Amino acid sequence: MPAIISVGLLLLAWELYAIYSGIRPTILPAPSRVFEQAMLNREALADNALPTIGATLLGFACSLSAAFVLSMLVDFYQPLRRALFPVFIVSQTLPLVAIAPLVVLWFGFGLAPKIMLVALVTFFPMLVALVEGYESTEVEIGQMLRAMGAGRWRIFLLARLPSALPYFFAGLRISITYAVVGAIFAEYAGAAKGLGIYMLNAKNNFRPDLVLAAVGVSAALTLILFGLTVLVQRLAMPWERAGKKTEGKGPRR
Amino acid sequence: MSRLELRHVRKAFGGLDVLADISLSVGAGEFVSILGPSGAGKSTLFQLLTGAEHGEGEMLFDGARLDDHGRHFAFMPQRDALMPWRRILDNTTLGLEVQGMRRQAARACVAPLFAEFGLAGFERHFPAQLSGGMRQRAALLRTVVQQRDMLLLDEPFGALDALTRTAMQRWLEQMWRHHRWTALLITHDVREAVFLSDRIYVLSARPASIVREIKVPFSRPRCLGGEHARQASALEAEILDIILNPQSIQRTRP
Repeated sequence: MPAIISVGLLLLAWELYAIYSGIRPTILPAPSRVFEQAMLNREALADNALPTIGATLLGFACSLSAAFVLSMLVDFYQPLRRALFPVFIVSQTLPLVAIAPLVVLWFGFGLAPKIMLVALVTFFPMLVALVEGYESTEVEIGQMLRAMGAGRWRIFLLARLPSALPYFFAGLRISITYAVVGAIFAEYAGAAKGLGIYMLNAKNNFRPDLVLAAVGVSAALTLILFGLTVLVQRLAMPWERAGKKTEGKGPRR
Repeated sequence: MSRLELRHVRKAFGGLDVLADISLSVGAGEFVSILGPSGAGKSTLFQLLTGAEHGEGEMLFDGARLDDHGRHFAFMPQRDALMPWRRILDNTTLGLEVQGMRRQAARACVAPLFAEFGLAGFERHFPAQLSGGMRQRAALLRTVVQQRDMLLLDEPFGALDALTRTAMQRWLEQMWRHHRWTALLITHDVREAVFLSDRIYVLSARPASIVREIKVPFSRPRCLGGEHARQASALEAEILDIILNPQSIQRTRP
């Protein structure tokens, strides 16, 4: 609720400035004009949002599966961590602005380069989240399971994997926001359709109102994905809320 | 007759002697405590018994060398080690599930014990919803349902507040009288050791060796007042003296 008020005030200030400063709408359009144009062009916007959503979700799915498989390998075979992590850290230092056009140059205007770029920006945060999540397993739970006669694989499934869940979701929330930005960047560098290329064209046609409309759509998209991860987390980790609800007034004996 | 017997067990971690020379035995249905200062290597002893670490010396169970470590011991770690994501019922079935029992069968096995452990009605709760004492009782339930030959209790009440700890000690003594588990308890709480045990081994500081074996002569159920209490505090004082003034023992030793 406070967030709605602060965003509302910001929009109001912007609106007032745009009206009373006499600035031309081709430089800074008022929010009301952006909204109006967004409604007028809603079909084009929706048409261009779909490929962006597709690239985001596909790229994210790829990076999630890769991060999951690799995190397991790293957990079972620690030296891999030292061998691979430097490579991934370097991959995070690559400036997207420089890499995006190159990837498009190599892989064309299709879906592949978008998926790759989304995967590139989201893979490492997810990998780190998972690996650190496994490490966060309580030492005593591991000891106890070993004493019960459980093997490594059993301990991984029973203890390490569920222990990683909070870390996994923290990583998910961060990288899902990167994912949309990554997809738009990839389209900006070259695409047939998508919010990124739509923004580029609108800018070249001196239509900042349409650029901002597309920005609004991408922001809404990110918020929806973010909300979905929060929802999934609640469903996947019912014990977290159960613990918080009764904290401090749990049954005492 | 003794079930567990250790002869001259030693363990060093990277040149640092942790266990110097440990010989002890635990009889069938006997409650034995190992009492020693923090960092004396008490937990290391349990790691050797559960097979997490390997040391020198002989470890025998029912006269046979300990090789398949998982078979004889049910281990209860220092903190309750309940899995936050499992409901209490599913936490207590964990050992049975690891042994290969189906979840439904394991639940049927454990459920009748909830009342005796003061957990009735909390089967579907998550550990975070329970108090410290209840969590420890759930952890003990998880330990005893494994139906192993012997319980290894590693400072089970160390993380509880003083009142809850005392209540849990009384409860455990009562439970033990009913079930007569063969149990080895690690603790640094002198009163706890005297209250619960048939025998106490007093450990020295690191490198740990056994400085004294003490039989606790009091009858069960352990009374809490009168003559008993006086005798118990006299014994507690004697043990404290052994632990805190190691020189005096060396003098009395031949």
